[in-house]
Amino acid sequence: MSAPAAAPLDAASRTRIRAGWGAMHALWVTALIIFALLWLLAEPIAGWAFEYPKAAQIPLQRWIGNAMRWLTEDASFGLFTFTDLTRFIAAIIDVPYRIALGALSTGLLSGQGSDAVQLLPPLSWVALIAIVGLMGLYAGGWRLAALVAACFGFIVLFGQWTNAMVTLASILIAVPLGVVGGLLIGIAGYRWRWLEKAIIPILDLMQTIPVFAYLVPILILFSFGPTAAVIATIIYALPPMTRVTMLALKGVASEVLDLGHMVGCTRRQMTWRVMVPSAMPGLMVGVNQVIMLSLNMVIIASMIGAGGLGFEVLAALRRLDIGTGIEAGLAIVALAIALDRLSQAFAARGLAPKHAEAELTSLLARYPYVAAALGIVIVSGIAGLAIGAVQTYPATLELSTGSASEELMYWINVTFFDQIEAFKNALLLNILIPFKRFLLGLPWLGMVGLLALAGWTLGGARLAALVGVLAFLIAATGQWEKAMVTVYLCGISVVVAGALGFLIGIVTADRERLWKVVRVIIDTLQTLPSFVYLMPAVMLFRVGDFTAMIAVVAYAIAPAIRYTVHGLREVDPHLIEAGTALGSTKRQILTKIRIKLALPEIMLGINQTIMLALSMLVITALVGTRDLGQEVYIALTKADVGRGLVAGLSVAFIAIISDRLISAGAARVRARLGLQR
Amino acid sequence: MIVAPTKLVCRSVWKLFGSGAEGYLSAHAEPSDDDLKQAGLVGAVRNVGLNVHEGEIFVIMGLSGSGKSTLVRCMSRLIEPTAGEILFNGENLLKANAKRMIEIRRHQMGMVFQHFALLPHLTALGNVAFPLEIQGIDRARREARAAEMIELVGLAGREAFFPRELSGGQQQRVGIARSLAVEPELWFLDEPFSALDPLIRREMQDEFVRLQSVLKKTIVFITHDIDEAIRLADRIAIMKDGAVVQIGTPEEIVMAPANDYVAEFTRNVVKAKVIRVASVMTELPGRPPNGGPDGRWGGDIAAAATIAETAPLFSDTVDTLRVLDDDGAPVGALRRADVVDVMMRS
Repeated sequence: MSAPAAAPLDAASRTRIRAGWGAMHALWVTALIIFALLWLLAEPIAGWAFEYPKAAQIPLQRWIGNAMRWLTEDASFGLFTFTDLTRFIAAIIDVPYRIALGALSTGLLSGQGSDAVQLLPPLSWVALIAIVGLMGLYAGGWRLAALVAACFGFIVLFGQWTNAMVTLASILIAVPLGVVGGLLIGIAGYRWRWLEKAIIPILDLMQTIPVFAYLVPILILFSFGPTAAVIATIIYALPPMTRVTMLALKGVASEVLDLGHMVGCTRRQMTWRVMVPSAMPGLMVGVNQVIMLSLNMVIIASMIGAGGLGFEVLAALRRLDIGTGIEAGLAIVALAIALDRLSQAFAARGLAPKHAEAELTSLLARYPYVAAALGIVIVSGIAGLAIGAVQTYPATLELSTGSASEELMYWINVTFFDQIEAFKNALLLNILIPFKRFLLGLPWLGMVGLLALAGWTLGGARLAALVGVLAFLIAATGQWEKAMVTVYLCGISVVVAGALGFLIGIVTADRERLWKVVRVIIDTLQTLPSFVYLMPAVMLFRVGDFTAMIAVVAYAIAPAIRYTVHGLREVDPHLIEAGTALGSTKRQILTKIRIKLALPEIMLGINQTIMLALSMLVITALVGTRDLGQEVYIALTKADVGRGLVAGLSVAFIAIISDRLISAGAARVRARLGLQR
Repeated sequence: MIVAPTKLVCRSVWKLFGSGAEGYLSAHAEPSDDDLKQAGLVGAVRNVGLNVHEGEIFVIMGLSGSGKSTLVRCMSRLIEPTAGEILFNGENLLKANAKRMIEIRRHQMGMVFQHFALLPHLTALGNVAFPLEIQGIDRARREARAAEMIELVGLAGREAFFPRELSGGQQQRVGIARSLAVEPELWFLDEPFSALDPLIRREMQDEFVRLQSVLKKTIVFITHDIDEAIRLADRIAIMKDGAVVQIGTPEEIVMAPANDYVAEFTRNVVKAKVIRVASVMTELPGRPPNGGPDGRWGGDIAAAATIAETAPLFSDTVDTLRVLDDDGAPVGALRRADVVDVMMRS
C-alpha cells in the first residue's frame, strides 16, 4: 500500500480491489504465455490444435443438405406435402403482388404471357407523383410534398421509372406482410413468456446471419421469382418489427393495463383495443424499420428474381457500368427517402390527432385528399389515352450522368494510376497481408480459449460458455480458416473505420454547423444500398481485399462517427463545468473527462460498426474476397443449402461473439463510471 | 346513528411478493416482518382487515411503499392476493372465475388512476364511452351516456378533444367521467389528484365533494396526502409497511392517534378544521346563559360543524352558541373558551 488510506475500511476495500485486479492480470499473463507457447512450439506435436481434424468435424453441412432434401422431396402432412405448402404460400403472396404490379407497372392484363391484352393502363407517372405529393401534403405539409414529389421526379427523370415501379410493387406487398407478421409474433411473444425466450435467440441469429445464407433455402422452397424475393424480404425485415412490438407492448403503462382489466376487457379486447393502440408510437418505429430494411433488401432480393431497380444495380455491377449502377442505386435511395419521410409523417400525424377533424361529417369534406387523388387518377388516365407523354415519360427527356461519371473515373484512373497503385500496394504488403498471415497462423484451440477467458473476465461463466461454444463450433464445422479471413478483413476495416470515425467525431462534436453537414452525409451513407459502395471502389482499386476494405470502411463508418459525437455531447455539463472550474485546458477536458465518460457510448458505436462491416463483407464477396462471405456466395450460385447456411451461421457466430463481448465490456465500463442507461 | 350496510369487506388479506409466497403463508400463520425478510419475501399487504360501508368515502392513506396501491388492486383483484377474503356484496371475489370477474368489473366497479390512463387514440367522448364499448353497447347509446357524464364533470364542449389537447385537470375529469359511465356501485380512486398542481388539486377536491353529494357512491380513495384524506374522508385507514395501523374518522385519527407514527402524520394538521362541535360542546343548560345580548343565545351551530367554522360566530358580546343536531333539536352548548382552547392546540 503506497497511498495512505483515509479510513481502515477504505484501505481494506482498496486492497481487495487491487487483489482482484492482480489476480486477473496474473490469469491473463499466464493465459497469454500458454497461448504463445502453443502457437510457437506446438505445431509439430499437436497439429490438431492448428487445423481442426477432418475426422472430428461436425457434418452439419451434410445434415442441413439432407434435411432440405427431405423437406422438398419426402416431407408430407398427410393430405399435402411440404412442397405443396410452400407453393401454396407462394401462390397466395403472388395474388396481391400481381395486383400491385398491375396498378404500378404492367396495367390490368387479360391473358397470359406475351398474348396478354392490356385492359387498363397502369398508373401514369403524372398520377403517381401527384398522389405521393398529395400524401406528403396531407401528412406533412408543402415541404414534405415537395420532397416526395422531387424524389419520384428524380426517378422518372433518370429513366428508372419502370424498374422503380417493379421494386415499389414488391415493397408494397412485403411491408404490410412484414409488419403484420412481426406484430403477431411480437404479440404472441408478449403474451407467452416462454415463447419470448425462444424467439429472442432466433431473432439474434436472424439479424446477424448474412441474407445470402437464407436466400438458398428460399430459392429451393419457393423457386426463382418475385414471390421468393418478397418472402426473403419479409424474413429479413420481420425481426426488428417483432422486437419492437415486444418492447412497445412491455412499455405500455401498468395503469393502462389496469384500466383495461377494470372496464372488463376480454383478452382479445385487451390486446386490440388497449395494448396495441397505446403502444402505437413504438410500433410505428417498427413499421419504419420494416420499410427501410425492405428497401435494403432490394438488391439482394434481385438475386433470386425480384427484378426492378435491384436487378439493374446488380447487372450494372457485373458489367462494371458505374453510371447506370449509381443511377439505379440513387433511385433506390430516392425511393427510400420518400417512403421513410412519408411513413414518419403519417406516424406523427396519426399519433397526434386533432379534434377539429373528428367533427366534420360530409364524406367529401372529411376525405378531401382521397377525393383529389381519385380525381387525378381518372383525369390523368383519360389524358394518358390521348397524350402518350402523360402515360409514359418520354425517353428523349430522360437524363443520364452515366457517361460523365464514367469519364471521371477514367480520368482518375489514367491520371493517378501510379499513386493509387503505390498506395494500395504499400498498404497491402505492409499491413493487410502480414496481419492475415498472422491470424491464419494462430491455433484455433488457443483462440477459443482466449475468447472464453475474455468472456469470463467481462461477463462471467455464462458469457464464457456462449463465446467458447460458438467459437468452437466455427472450428468444428470446418470454417476456421475462412472465418479468420473474415476476421482479418473485418478487423482491419473496423480499425480504420473506428479510428477515422473517432477523429471525425471529436472534431465535429463541438462544431454545431459542421456536425449538421456531417450528419446529413452519414445519414445519406446509411440509406445508400451497400452495393453502391462497391462500384467506385472496384473502379479505382480493381478487385481484391483492398477494395473490399475500402467499401466496408465507407459503409461502416457512420455509427462510429455518430456514437462518438453522441457520447461526447451527452457528458454531464456539470462535470465539464467542474473541470473548467478546476482550471483544466480544453484539451484536458477532452482527454481526461469527456472521452473517458463517452467511452461506453463509443464502444457501442464500434459494436455497430462491426455489425455493419460483417454484413458488408458478405457483399464484397462479389469483388473476390476469400472469406466466409465468398463461401456463402458460392453456395448461393450452386444452390447448396448446407454450405451456405453453415458459412452463414459462422458469420452470425462471429457477430454474436463480438457483440456480446463488447456489450459486456461497455456495461462494465459504464458501471465503473456509475453511469446509468 | 344507523350504520349503513357493508359493501366491501377485507378479511386478513395478504400479498407477499417473492417465490413460494403462497406455500410459505400456509405454513406460517402470521409471519412477522423479520420472518418474511428471512424467507426472502416482501410483504406488500400484511393481514389487512377492514369494512367499507355503503355510501361512505373510505380513504386509505399512507406514504409511497406502504402498500396502499397494492391493497386497492387486491380489492379489485387486479393483483391476486396471496391469502385472505375480499367480500363484495357478500360474494368472495377471490372465488369468482374470470368470467364472473369481468362481469363484476364491467357493471359494478369503476376506477380512477393517478396518471389518468386515458387512451391516446380516442377523443374525450371515446374514452368515456370506452367501458360501454367494451360491453358491446351500440354507438348511439354509449355516446349519449358518455356525453351525459362529460356534462356532469363540467367538460361539455370538449367532447371531440384528444387527451393530449387537454390540461391535466381536464384529463382527470375525463378519467372520472369514464369511471362513472357504467354507474358503478363501488368507486376506486387511486391517488386521483396527486399528479395535479396544488391549485388544480384543490379545485378537483371540491369538484369531487360536489359529485359525491349528488352520486352518493361507495368510495375507496387512495392518497398520500393527510390533508386530502381529512378533507374528504368519512373514515380513514392509515397504512404503514403493508399493514393497517389505524382506522377511524378523521377526528378520531387526529384526536387519538394509535401510535407515534400516526401522531407524527397528524401533527401539522390544523385541529380546528377536524374537530367537530359535538366533541367539544357542553351540556345544554336549562335556560339560555348570558350568551348574547338580551340574555338570548348568541346563535345556533350544527353539531357536525368543525370548530374552525364556528370561530367567526363569536364576538365580544357572543360567548356561547346553541348546538343543534341534524334534525334541528338543541343538544348542547358551545362555549367560546373551549373553542379558543381547540384553536390554540397545534
